[in-house]
Amino acid sequence: MTAPISRDDVAHVARLARLTLTDDELDTFTSQLASILDHAADVEALDLDDVAPTSHPYPLENVVRPDEVRPCLDRDEVLAEAPSAEDGMFRVPPVLGEAP
Amino acid sequence: MSPVERFQTAAGVAAAVAAGERSARSVLDEHLARIDEREGEIHAFNHLLADEARARADEIDARIAAGEDVGPLAGVPVALKDNLCTRGIPTTCSSKILDDWRPPYDATVVTRLRDAGAVVIGKTNLDEFAMGSSTENSAFGPTRNPLDTSRVPGGSSGGSAAAVAAGFAPIALGSDTGGSIRQPAALCGVVGAKPTYGRASRYGLIAFASSLDQIGPFARTVEDAALLMEVVGGHDPLDATSIPEPFPDLRGTLGRGVEGLRIGLVEELLGGEGGFQPEVQTRTREAADALEAAGAKVDVVSVPASTYGLSAYYLIAPAEASSNLARFDGVRFGLRDERATMGETYDATRTAGFGAEVKRRIMLGTYALSSGYYDAYYGKAQRVRTMIIDDFDAAYERFDVLLSPASPCVAFPLGDKTADPLTMYLNDVCTIPSSLAGHPAMSVPFGTGAEGLPVGIQVMAPALGEEQMFRVAAALEAAAPGGAR
Repeated sequence: MTAPISRDDVAHVARLARLTLTDDELDTFTSQLASILDHAADVEALDLDDVAPTSHPYPLENVVRPDEVRPCLDRDEVLAEAPSAEDGMFRVPPVLGEAP
Repeated sequence: MSPVERFQTAAGVAAAVAAGERSARSVLDEHLARIDEREGEIHAFNHLLADEARARADEIDARIAAGEDVGPLAGVPVALKDNLCTRGIPTTCSSKILDDWRPPYDATVVTRLRDAGAVVIGKTNLDEFAMGSSTENSAFGPTRNPLDTSRVPGGSSGGSAAAVAAGFAPIALGSDTGGSIRQPAALCGVVGAKPTYGRASRYGLIAFASSLDQIGPFARTVEDAALLMEVVGGHDPLDATSIPEPFPDLRGTLGRGVEGLRIGLVEELLGGEGGFQPEVQTRTREAADALEAAGAKVDVVSVPASTYGLSAYYLIAPAEASSNLARFDGVRFGLRDERATMGETYDATRTAGFGAEVKRRIMLGTYALSSGYYDAYYGKAQRVRTMIIDDFDAAYERFDVLLSPASPCVAFPLGDKTADPLTMYLNDVCTIPSSLAGHPAMSVPFGTGAEGLPVGIQVMAPALGEEQMFRVAAALEAAAPGGAR
């Protein structure tokens, strides 16, 4: 059995998911996630080493389309819906120079 | 009178419009009048497309006047869940992060509806990103159940279910990841079907959990659900998970009856250990009796691993969601809360744009996939998925279709289950097993439970078993107390 999820775990996961949580939200999520994961303890407790995992319910392999040039989405139409665009590109704030 | 008896069916509308007996415009105006009357209290739509729909109906009338065959849904108004992309028309997933985003393309199902002569009447409300079972998680406010506006319509496709139940449209499309078509159909007293995973193209369906999401129909009759399924179903090269098989003729199977079919009542999904409303359990047994009286062989069957369905689902679906929803970062579409750096902009945008339930599932999924927990949670859940498929396969060796309630309870009051997420998740206990297996399943109204509210019976079938599923659904509809048509 894994240890119950802690407030520090929740804060770490929030950073991974790029969400900023208030102290109250951290408390709420810690108890809610703990209760959901506690419900999943039945699955966690199963010995399933002999069972293969299923990632996809219907067996299909190597689905490819013919290698032919086709029209794709119109660039101007796509960029018109972007929060910010310039010279046919998405414009974003500086990426370099920030803390990792 | 039940909604089924009060309003016209899609099949009836299409026949009358194609024959020139009714205009598409008059059909539309009749539906817009009902929307005008009740939408204020129900809030089925995020976007009503009245002007676009009028122009479209007039176009269809002109084409019919010119002698054209406009398709099997000639002039039929259809409502679309607002997670289906519509070119140039807002598609929000009921989330602030996509508020007013207009997709540059149509979902394949939308293209097929238009090619079939349908009239898109509006985009319907949902739990944000289809995460919920009551439509209370919408950033734009809840939808109310047309049969009792103090109650929820179910979810996440609550707007589509409510639109059909209220007579705003004869048919609607929703999406079902763990029960998001079947449960609201049950709570609103309409038919709702989820096809086999891969039967309907997901191209243009905004992803929640990609290995589970399927598009499917809402209708007031089994025939209309079959008609809509036939129009939108079938292989699509734009979806790599689309099954390369022709879609079957469902309507042709509806009159065949159930003589000789073997029907199994799933022991684990009957609520024997409590938590299910007794009226729901009674209606389910009566439904089985009715099918037996119609010539089917009915027995109880065990699908043991289905008891792990809920736990496995609430690890797999959030894990996939946490990955899918990483794309909402303020760079390419939707909301951007711009800060000094890109990293701060990501954080600010996602924090402002997502609601509480979406954040909860992203957190849960990120945790289930994170280093040190992957094997214990996500890996285990994927193995449970295999167990569930194996147990279903064993059951389907002895039975053609399986039966259970679609929901453990009838429509519940707004606010009743919002305090504790797990309480809300338990609504999906009957619908999740077929979702994990990728099997088709549908809900058919069968009598009423507490407070005179509708009960839905779930008919499940093995992969590609839509024909026998619809056959049994038609028989249930014909045998339903007080509502045969």
